[in-house]
Amino acid sequence: MTVPILNASGCLDALAAPETARSLDAFVTKTVTPLPREGNPPPRITETQRGMLNSIGLQNPGIDVFAQETLPLLATLGVPVWVSVGGFSAADYALLCERLDDLDDVEVIELNLSCPNVEEAPEAVSELVAAARGATGKPLYAKLSPATWDIAETARAVSDAGADGLSLVNTIRGLELDAKTLRPKLGLGSGGYSGPALRPIALACVYACARAVELPIVGMGGVMSGRDALELVAVGANAVALGTVLFSDPSAPSRVRRELEAEARSRGHGLLAEIRAVAHESASPSGASTD
Amino acid sequence: MAPLPLTRELLQVVGTELIGPYALLRLERGGLDPGVPGQFFMLEAPGRLLPRPMSLCQAPARELAFLIEAIGPGTEALCSLRVGDAIHVLGPLGNGFDLDIERPLLVAGGIGVAPMPYLSKALGDPPALLGFRTARHAEAASLLPGAEVVVEPRLVTELLPDDPGDVLACGPEPMLEAVKALVPGAQLAWEAPMACGYGACYGCVVEVDGHYERLCISGPVLRDAA
Repeated sequence: MTVPILNASGCLDALAAPETARSLDAFVTKTVTPLPREGNPPPRITETQRGMLNSIGLQNPGIDVFAQETLPLLATLGVPVWVSVGGFSAADYALLCERLDDLDDVEVIELNLSCPNVEEAPEAVSELVAAARGATGKPLYAKLSPATWDIAETARAVSDAGADGLSLVNTIRGLELDAKTLRPKLGLGSGGYSGPALRPIALACVYACARAVELPIVGMGGVMSGRDALELVAVGANAVALGTVLFSDPSAPSRVRRELEAEARSRGHGLLAEIRAVAHESASPSGASTD
Repeated sequence: MAPLPLTRELLQVVGTELIGPYALLRLERGGLDPGVPGQFFMLEAPGRLLPRPMSLCQAPARELAFLIEAIGPGTEALCSLRVGDAIHVLGPLGNGFDLDIERPLLVAGGIGVAPMPYLSKALGDPPALLGFRTARHAEAASLLPGAEVVVEPRLVTELLPDDPGDVLACGPEPMLEAVKALVPGAQLAWEAPMACGYGACYGCVVEVDGHYERLCISGPVLRDAA
């Protein structure tokens, strides 16, 4: 078993950085919406403690331009393409999935059910997944927000609604003030918090969902190294996606893959399969040490 | 056109120099290309999550030199680097100045002087106008011998002749807006907060013709826009 390395949606433009895209096991697009979106007014990003905030606002050309112009170019890269879609109603998700259903270049559809920077659809995520399920036979991954009281319950609901996998997790809403003016640094106030601060939150979410459902999980949130990726696998992820780390290091996929394999070997595991979900087994006495 | 491959290397600091309130950070060049004047590099800021975009100031043999103003934790970390330290550098990135021009005139304000020495060399030392906040900031004019210099309350735009020729400018937004209004067609090097510098994050957008465009890919040098 190997652990596929993906990018987190919105963290890589495969056409601007084709070499980075080719170093992934699958490329996940920036979220596509039914209509074009200009996105949010700048400033859109700021560094903060242990992470960064972004408020991009799903800037994208809309499904028509994406399907006609962007997707054919992405297909030439030779990397499986996962298309992230987002909408504002169940009908939007159905429309997007129907539009992608007969396109051979689409390997997986990821449902962005959790962008913190746009008004969310009023329906429950399970209704959105059900609407998407009715519109396509493609594999559907539901990308969930960590900002929920009981993510395992959400995971069960989207599993029942027909999701084929989970992407865990999206960013969580955060806010940073300018030290001098005490006004928000981002144009729209708050933004999505990502980076190392998100990692323990992502671990908790993957841990909870791996216990609740049988679905494969793409784990993501603050992965900077192979060690971080290994921990997501240990709590139950089948694949790992890189987000913020790509901004500082476009060669991160190859590095993280190399480090992940070295981490597994150094723990005496020739096979990463031996590590998958190991965190759910009862700890050995030696594991109770306080470091 | 396919984008050029991204090159990122760990480069050693070979020198640091204080010029007024600014720091000139000299790095070994490694295998990186210095690029076209006005292009930029993403410099790892030790202890920070995100690198910082910096245009190239000088390209001495086997070196890359960046002029940096410490205005926050990232630039402070860069200004605190010592000889022998090493940081990752990605670049060159973005679109630089169009050098195929008849009568170049360089115009810069404050830390906008950063790309001018490299640009000046590429153009054969054309005339240059520089504006600074204080006399101490104006010490950076030593990087561009022969430049005409003003200090606030005078503004660099006051020095623009009636027929300025082909203006290439870098500086704070109000200065660039003023140059744009006075000199249609000027080449302007803008700046914006960037997480990645290579089109991945969509964080650095500026408004161009009514649409948000990524400055790292469409710029940072824009003509008659932004």
